[in-house]
Amino acid sequence: MLQIIKRFVNKIFRDIFSSRKILKVGFYGPPNGGKTTLANRICKDWLGEEMGSVSNVAHETREITIKENVTIRSQGKELMFNFVDTPGIATKIDYEDFLKHGFTVRDAKERAKEATKGVIDSITWLDTMDVVLVVLDSTINPYSQVNITIIGNLQARKIPVLIVANKIDLKKSDLNKIKAAFPQYDVVGISAKHGNNIDEFYEALFVLAG
Amino acid sequence: MLTLQFIPFTEIESLSSDERVGKLLSIVKENKIALVEGTLHKEESAALIKKTMKSINQDFRGIELAVLYPEQNDDAMFKRLRLKLINALLGNRRGLTIIGPASVVKEIKQDPHKIDLYTTINEQKSRKVSKRNKK
Repeated sequence: MLQIIKRFVNKIFRDIFSSRKILKVGFYGPPNGGKTTLANRICKDWLGEEMGSVSNVAHETREITIKENVTIRSQGKELMFNFVDTPGIATKIDYEDFLKHGFTVRDAKERAKEATKGVIDSITWLDTMDVVLVVLDSTINPYSQVNITIIGNLQARKIPVLIVANKIDLKKSDLNKIKAAFPQYDVVGISAKHGNNIDEFYEALFVLAG
Repeated sequence: MLTLQFIPFTEIESLSSDERVGKLLSIVKENKIALVEGTLHKEESAALIKKTMKSINQDFRGIELAVLYPEQNDDAMFKRLRLKLINALLGNRRGLTIIGPASVVKEIKQDPHKIDLYTTINEQKSRKVSKRNKK
């Protein structure tokens, strides 16, 4: 009798946890938009640790980084996510740009090579995402072909998108320009570095996760 | 010297996506700016970026790319239906695609109906070519 009850309880628990879907969230965008800074902010808020290193030099993230089983609570709800930070997508990578930041020729060439592979990986991984956060620098003109290509490909794959307009703490930030560029998408303005509007971001993430 | 090569839609119409992307990239790798009649599919743009990344080396640093999609922001139901019908009949013939080698094209600034193309010819005096898209 005890065994039957034990099996029944185990089954109930298994059913509850197996039906609890973990959403795979991709951080996409051009280089230096603040994808890793946002990923770090989320991981620090909910895990107490960072996800990756950040830098002013473009293509700091050159490999896909994954943080699994991150539980987030917002407005009385709780959801579990797997976060995937991706290298910034670009159409050109010039190793000489890295020389300006003090890299040796050898290191600059190696970094450029890794960055090209990172861009390819980012695009390849698009198909595997449940939802995507497109992280854009709100101080930069959003009408770039990289942004249009990323969002267009997500739309073609029917992957839900939230546009995160980052760096709203900066003077040059223009949130309305980003909203005007992508009127069919939800746009949330934040500063991943300083945490401005981060609660609104979590609410938007929950809406996106549906 | 700056070389522009116009590619009419008929020249790429019958090609597969892979062939189309390959053809455009080979033109750009010859240090020419390709002006393509029509637009690439979104998937083709992504494939072009991937292929570009695979081709990057000391001599080829990548591309600058811009696509003008005419009247894409029109919200009127009738106009959208009309556009869908035109697109179904003409394919991606409408609009304009510009692809240039990063060694020649420094930057393409884009807003919904205008493209500013800045070249690296004479580094100090970047030329500005402005092309307006007429509705």
